[in-house]
Order: sequence, then structure tokens, then C-alpha cells
Amino acid sequence: MRNLRCDVLVIGSGPAGLAAAYQARECGARDVLVIERNAELGGILPQCIHNGFGVRVFQSDLTGPEYVARWARMAAEAGVRTLTRTMVLAIESSPDGARRRVIATSGADGMLAIEPTALVLAMGCRERPRGALAIPGLRPAGVYTAGTAQRLVNIEGYMPGERHVILGSGDIGMIMARRLTLEGARVEAMCEILPYVSGLRRNLVQCVMDYDIPLHLSTTVIDVAGRERVESVTIAQVDAAWRPIAGTERVLPCDTLLLSVGLIPENELSRAAGVMIDPVTGGPVVDQAGATSVPGVYAAGNVVHVYDLVDDVTASALRAGRSAAGCACCTLLAESCELPVTAGENVHHVVPQRVRLPLVPEEGATLELRVRQPVEKAVRVRLSADGDVLLNKRLRYVRPSEMIGLALQPEWNERLTSAGGLQVDVEEA
Amino acid sequence: MTSYDVIVIGAGVVGSMIARALARYRLRTLLLDKAADVGEGTTKANTAIVHAGYDAKPGTLKARLNLAGNAQYDRVCSELGVEFDRCGTYVVAASAEERISLDELYARGRQNGVPGMTLIDGAEMRRREPSVTPQAVGALYAATGGIVDPFGLCIAAAECAVLNGVELALETEVTGIVREGRRVAGVEIRKQMPGGNLAVQKLASRWVVIAAGLWADDLLHSAGLDGLSITPRKGEYYVLDRVAAGQVHTVLFPCPTAFSKGILVTRTIHGNVMLGPNSVSISDKDDLACTREGLDEVMQGALKLVPGLDRRQIIRTFAGLRATQRPTGRSNTGDFVIEVPREVDGLLLCGAIESPGLAAAPAIAAYVVDLLRGAGLTLVERPDYDPTRPVQPRFSHLSREEQQALIARDPRHGNIVCRCETVTEGEIVAACHAPIPARTYDALKRRTRLGTGRCQGGFDTPLAIEIMARELGVSPLDLTLKGGGSRLVTRQTKAVA
Ligand SMILES: Cc1cc2nc3c(=O)[nH]c(=O)nc-3n(C[C@H](O)[C@H](O)[C@H](O)COP(=O)(O)OP(=O)(O)OC[C@H]3O[C@@H](n4cnc5c(N)ncnc54)[C@H](O)[C@@H]3O)c2cc1C
Ligand SMILES: Cc1cc2nc3c(=O)[nH]c(=O)nc-3n(C[C@H](O)[C@H](O)[C@H](O)COP(=O)(O)OP(=O)(O)OC[C@H]3O[C@@H](n4cnc5c(N)ncnc54)[C@H](O)[C@@H]3O)c2cc1C
Repeated sequence: MRNLRCDVLVIGSGPAGLAAAYQARECGARDVLVIERNAELGGILPQCIHNGFGVRVFQSDLTGPEYVARWARMAAEAGVRTLTRTMVLAIESSPDGARRRVIATSGADGMLAIEPTALVLAMGCRERPRGALAIPGLRPAGVYTAGTAQRLVNIEGYMPGERHVILGSGDIGMIMARRLTLEGARVEAMCEILPYVSGLRRNLVQCVMDYDIPLHLSTTVIDVAGRERVESVTIAQVDAAWRPIAGTERVLPCDTLLLSVGLIPENELSRAAGVMIDPVTGGPVVDQAGATSVPGVYAAGNVVHVYDLVDDVTASALRAGRSAAGCACCTLLAESCELPVTAGENVHHVVPQRVRLPLVPEEGATLELRVRQPVEKAVRVRLSADGDVLLNKRLRYVRPSEMIGLALQPEWNERLTSAGGLQVDVEEA
Repeated sequence: MTSYDVIVIGAGVVGSMIARALARYRLRTLLLDKAADVGEGTTKANTAIVHAGYDAKPGTLKARLNLAGNAQYDRVCSELGVEFDRCGTYVVAASAEERISLDELYARGRQNGVPGMTLIDGAEMRRREPSVTPQAVGALYAATGGIVDPFGLCIAAAECAVLNGVELALETEVTGIVREGRRVAGVEIRKQMPGGNLAVQKLASRWVVIAAGLWADDLLHSAGLDGLSITPRKGEYYVLDRVAAGQVHTVLFPCPTAFSKGILVTRTIHGNVMLGPNSVSISDKDDLACTREGLDEVMQGALKLVPGLDRRQIIRTFAGLRATQRPTGRSNTGDFVIEVPREVDGLLLCGAIESPGLAAAPAIAAYVVDLLRGAGLTLVERPDYDPTRPVQPRFSHLSREEQQALIARDPRHGNIVCRCETVTEGEIVAACHAPIPARTYDALKRRTRLGTGRCQGGFDTPLAIEIMARELGVSPLDLTLKGGGSRLVTRQTKAVA
């Protein structure tokens, strides 16, 4: 087993990992190493060959591979080292909990044991599979998650099927609806159990409506038929409790069922390392700089909570990279206190779950939240500290699919030091 | 025409164990299965418990072979390198009434000769398995009960048979048993040929052994005999993520009913938790569909035993079919039907091998050999018979030092393909070149655990397709999930000039 040391070790080379590593170098960490399981850098983005990446970060509308290639170049130029085809198997802690040893394996280097000063978790997320939904019926070939289908089509060059039904209206599912249509396959329908689409409006318009793909809301798949390959699925409308409504069943002939029913942050390593996980997000509990409950361990990107825009992933990773470098260089403010953040009225979750005080201008701090229910009219997003309103932001509508960002202002420091906690509520204006 | 001494129809755990038992002798043996891999029938979808033997009625074949089979598991699994854990099993009583039925089970177990049983009280049960229902008032503990990798055992037994000279033909369906007067002459088979044509062929054999699970009755009828009628009884299951394994360390049965052993909660040999099965009589022997009602029943039943189970940890559902004898059957005793029918020469029937068929399989095989010998088959031992088979290293089971050494020997073991179960490219390559090669995705899955974790193949499928196509020398377009028309991908995307 080879032993290595470094200042900052980043697990995962998606947009989060690359930006965190880049920023750690820029902020003075000497030795920054990124470990990636895949053969290529970039996380999920090499297979996202559609555009829509980087409008805010680079002021240009890039494809996924283009966006991530820029970050890979910037990281390389900043002196970040990368190891691809290397998978982290475990994060071990010293008995006193102060130091960590990361165990990884690769064909080229064998087993590695790496001792970093600071660790950044950027493992992204995985897709929820069929089993997790317990969809009844047979278990033939032709049931894939949308991301697996995306990889098959865009990287491997093979079609998962010819006639598709898509369950779930997540962004990947909608993007694949368009992609498969462009490849000459058919998309018979997209079904969503919720009464509204769960992905971005932009994708609904450009990927589903523009291609006349039938969209069925409040509808789910209740049966899969076919012994060898999928032959049909049965769909049915559901009531408010998501129970199928008798009499609304319809059989849709198809050879493929694609699932776009949610992403789950990949935190098996984090859990084993003792990082506290938020049961609502499925990701680590963090502060505004991505610091987790374990000193010296940071997290950024989809591993924390699922993002819809890569620009926000990058921003979160720049913050985490900066503080990881600070930890590695021992420049973090030692004395600080933390305020818990509560998800109030119609708020599903808020990240960070705790805010470290004082707020530092160059650090930047943003509360990222999602609502529980869509509201298609004007709303007020209210941020308060023990009832004292700090911010009242008016929005024309809110949807669970679109993350809301609230920048925290350093001038609030004084008002916050005496507060017991922050709360965000979303109410009709 | 080539002539065999014995043709075994069905490469489930029963047929495969029989083939291995016959491989010890100088015989020309053929093992046939219509599926694309061994163990694709009931053997791949059951509760995987090596029962201690207190369930069956005293004096039955079931009781005798369960006990004898159970006793052979340590040796058989160590010879074949199959994962087996004699972790002990519990039947949990949740009421005073049920408590009485524990005494009955205990008494029956004593009659059957089951060693290592004890009756414990509710407090002791909760001490041993803290997640068990607070309603538990007592339990029957059976120390000899265990859990096994059922398809692993079947694959290993079939590989051992093949390495000792047994011929194996997959995707070969027996359409009928051929008779010449009183004598069985062989079987008629149908085989899928490259290009999609079906080839029909006759194979001659002195003996034909029916080990065809649900289809045993149809094959028996094709030989002109009746007296057996199999009706499928479905059992549905949930598999939970490994993280649930902290909750259940052994096997928890409820008190049995007249129809089944009930819905249980068990750890699997691979470290998951499994819930099920229910028991529903159906008519179609291919109907492996899970139903909403069935799955709900399973969850309700499991929660009665372990109230803290978390639905969010579900990663998979499946169903298996019990080969139950129809109550109207001529000789129905609820027992296994393992016999040499008197009406013909050269036929041996293994019928109605429902639970505890897996636990009994090693003993069934030995019993079948005895019956064949008794019916006049000459058995001469081969001096070179080897009861073992080579076992491929499993990366995730090794120490860090062993992992390092393995990668140094073959760098493909450093490439992790399935990240939930930590399966390496080296393991996939080995499975593709094993004595019975993995030729389908499901076959690969059963040999390596690839795709069986929480992401259910989401990450590995594209990579596995690429590696399998390369190793097997086929196009990705020809790879299937489980043979036949179960293709994984349908065509290449539009060609780029
Ligand atoms: C299909 C899809 C389409 C999208 N479309 C858009 C869009 O149009 N516009 C937009 O702005 N945003 C889009 N997004 C959102 C955004 O780009 C992603 O959420 C973003 O890629 C998340 O970045 P990440 O770095 O957190 O995770 P990922 O990109 O998933 O990267 C995580 C990396 O960590 C690696 N890893 C994990 N575990 C280990 C380990 N143990 N050892 C080594 N490496 C490991 C993984 O292999 C992976 O490479 C899309 C997302 C998806 C999934
Ligand atoms: C829900 C359930 C739970 C169970 N739990 C347990 C348990 O915990 N412990 C236990 O000991 N037992 C258990 N059992 C019973 C056990 O699984 C079976 O007894 C055992 O697997 C039977 O093996 P087999 O080889 O006889 O049948 P199978 O595995 O079904 O094999 C028969 C094979 O014959 C092939 N075949 C059929 N017809 C033809 C043909 N015409 N031509 C060619 N091939 C053919 C099939 O493809 C199949 O592969 C359970 C069963 C079920 C259904």
C-alpha cells in the first residue's frame, strides 16, 4: 500500500470537486489532489451534451463537457493534481478523531492510503432505482434510470430502446425525452405522480412540449409487463394520497421504461467517516463554507443537496475550497459561534443548516432553499432571526424544482450575535 | 446418435447437486436447462434458509432429507467455496396462543431429530435481536438453521459437475420424454440456434432424471404418466439496503400457519435484509410479477416482527414460485415426490420440491444416487473425481494487503466497476471465463454481486456491457439480461462520419 500526504484531498472530479480544488490552490493550499473513480474528469457532465451550463459563471451558454473542460484546465493550470480511475473505498479516522486516512484503489497505483490535512467531499449523487419505488410487475430488460440511458446514448453510443415511457419528470428524464426523440426513437409518454412537473420549466418547454411528448400529471406506472424485454406498462391516475384510481388504468405498449424519479446524495463514505447527515437532504449538515460536523472535512455540490444549476454547484464548491485551504493553512477563525437555520412555512429544506458567525465579506454566504409546494403567484420569502425580519424577498412564483438563493449580509453580524437561530418562511404576498 | 447414461432435466439447485453427485462415477451425464444460466428457476428466488428441520411432518421424506441436507451444508459449502452461515434461526411467538405453537414445533423438531433447539422467553429474544417486536413472548431457537447463497451454491455445484466431466447444455428445452415401450429412450429437445431458428433434436439416454421444478408434472405427463400436478404458489419479497443489516442479525420467523412458514425477516448471506414471502396460489408457472397487494402484505407481515423497518431502505422487489402439489393429486401427501415410477424403466422423478428443497438439496442428490443404484444403474467411482471447484477472489472480502497483492498480480482488480458492492473489472473478467461462463447480465450479477446494491446497476450497466462484450467476443447488441429476447440495448446511435 502506497502512503501519500497532501494539504487538501478532494473526492470526486465533477464541477464541485474541480472548483473546490482550484479554489483551494488559489487560496494558498500547496498540495491539492483530486481523486476520480471514472476514466475521465468531470463527474456527470461529460454525458450532459446539451447546453445550458455556465450562463452565470462564464456568461456563456456551454454544454456540460465544455463547462467541465474549462474547470479541468483551470484546475490543472492552478497546479491541482488529479488521479482518475481511482476509487475511494473508505475514510478512516484516527482514534482521537483528529486525523483522517483515505483508502483508495486503482489499477495503475494499487492500494493508496492518503493523509490529507483537509478533505472535501464532492461525490455527487446517484439516481433512485426502480426497486426503491417498488413498482409492481415483471422484471424484464429495458428498465433503466434516465442517467444510465443518458450514458448509454451519449458516451457508449447505444440506444436503450425504441419506444419509451418515462416515469418521473426530473430534468434528466426530460432531457432524455428530447435526446431519444432526436435519435429516432419514440417517447410514448412522460408520467409524473405529482400534480406538477418536478424538473425545470425550461426543460419542460424545450424538451417535452416542443417535441409533443404527452405529459400525464398525477399519474404513475402500476404494472410492468414482458417476460424478456418490456412489452408494455400500465399507467393510472392517482389520488391525493398517491393511490391509483380504479378505472383510470391504461396500457401503453413500449419496450423501455426510463425512471427519472429523484437523485440521492452519495454519502456512504461520509456516514462511515462520522459526518452528521441531514435526514431531509440526505447530505451532510454544513455551514456556509461547506464545513461538516467533522473538523477538517468539507462538502460541496450534489453530495450536500441536489442542485438544478451547475453555477450554484460551482459557487458552493468555491466556498468549500476556500475554507479547506484555510484549514490546511491553519488560518481559519478559531472563535466562532453557530446559528441553526430552520425551514419554516412551505420550505422543504435550507442549506447550510447552520451559519457560522461572524459573516466574513470575502467568504460569501448564501442560504439555498427549496419550497415544498409550488405557488404560481407572488410570494414573499422571509428571512428572520428570532422573529426579527432581516430580509423580505418578493418572487413572482416559487416551484420545488427551482432552488432559491438568499445572500447573507455581513452587516447583519451584530443583529445575529445575540440571536438564537435563523428561519426562512415562504408565504403568499 | 450419442447416448448418455443419465440426462438430468433442470439445472436448479436440485438438478445441479444431482449432476455433481453423479460426476463422482464413470457415467456420461448431461445436465439440461431451458434458461440461459443455471439456477434461473425457483433456485434464484427463495428465502435462502437452510432450515433446521422442525417444520416437516415426522416420517416424511421432507423431514428426513431436510435434516440430512442441513447436516451436509458445512462440508458441501466449504468444498465448493460457497458462502454459508449457520447463524441460527428463531420462530417468534407474539401472543400466548402462539407461544403454545412453539411447544408443538419444538416437539416436532425433537421427533425429527433436530439438534440444538431451545425455547427462550421474550426478554431473551429481545436481548439477542433488540429490534424484534416488543410483543414477543417467546421464541424457538434452532442453532443449526442457517443462511446460504442459493444461486451461488447452484452455480458452484454445476461448475463442479462440469469440471468433473458432466456436459451442460443451456437454452435447451426438453419438449418431451421419449419412450420405447416400457423403456425411456431419451428426450426430445428444442434449442435456439444462432440466427433465431429453432432446432429440434432427440437425445438418447438410459436414464432421465426430472428435476424441472414447476414443470416436473408436464414432463412426467410427456412420458405418458400421471399422478403429479404442480400448482405454483407465489412468494413476494423486499430486499433492503445493507444499512438495515444492523437491525437483523439472524432469521426471524413468525409462528407458522397451516399454509406457510409465514412472512419472515432475515439477514441475507450478502449482508442485506430480506422481507417475505407471502403465499398466493396462481395458475401461470411464468408469472413472477410482484403485485401492489402482495408487497403490501409482505410489509405488513414484516413490520409485525420488526416494527422499526424503514421503507426508504427498500432497494429491490422480486417473486419466486413454490412448486406445490395440487391437493387433488393422486398421491398427494404434501411430501417431496422422489421416486422411480414403476410403470416405466429409466425414469426418476423429483417432484414437488418446495421448501425445504434448498436445505435438502445435498441429501436429495445422495438419495437420487441411491435410488438409481437400487434400480440397476452401475456406479463405478472415478479415481480423479474432485469435489471442489476453483473459487475466484472477491475483492471486497479481502484485507487491504490481499487487495494490494491481487492488484499487483492483475491490475484489472484495481478498477472498481460496481461501486455499491465494490466489484472489480478483474472479477467480471473471471466470471466471463469461469467453467460456466457468465453470458448474461443476470448471470454476472449472481456470480459477482454486480448491480445488486443500492443503485441497482445504475452506474455499472454501461461499463459491464462493454467489458462483457469484449471478454465474450460478442457485440453489445447481442448481450441480454437473461437470455432470449431480453436484449440490453437495441441499436447503435446514428453513426457519426
Ligand atoms: C443529467 C443531468 C443534467 C443536468 N443538466 C444541467 C443543465 O442543463 N444545466 C445546469 O446548470 N445544471 C445541470 N445539471 C446539474 C449539475 O450540473 C449537476 O448537479 C452537477 O454535475 C453536480 O456536480 P457534482 O460535482 O456535485 O457531482 P457529479 O458531477 O456527480 O460528480 C461527482 C463525481 O464524484 C465521483 N465519485 C463519487 N464517489 C467517488 C469515490 N468513492 N471515489 C472517487 N470518485 C468518486 C463520481 O465518479 C463523479 O465523477 C444536470 C445534472 C444532471 C445529473
Ligand atoms: C418463495 C419461496 C421460498 C422458499 N424458501 C426456501 C428456504 O428458505 N429454504 C429452502 O430450503 N427452500 C426454500 N424454498 C424452496 C426451494 O427454493 C426449492 O425447493 C428449490 O429451489 C427447488 O430447486 P429445483 O432445482 O427443484 O427447482 P428450480 O430451481 O425451479 O429448477 C428447475 C429448473 O428446471 C428447468 N426446466 C424446467 N422445465 C424444463 C424443460 N422442459 N427443459 C429444460 N429445463 C427445464 C428450469 O428452467 C429450472 O432452472 C422456497 C421456495 C419459494 C418459492
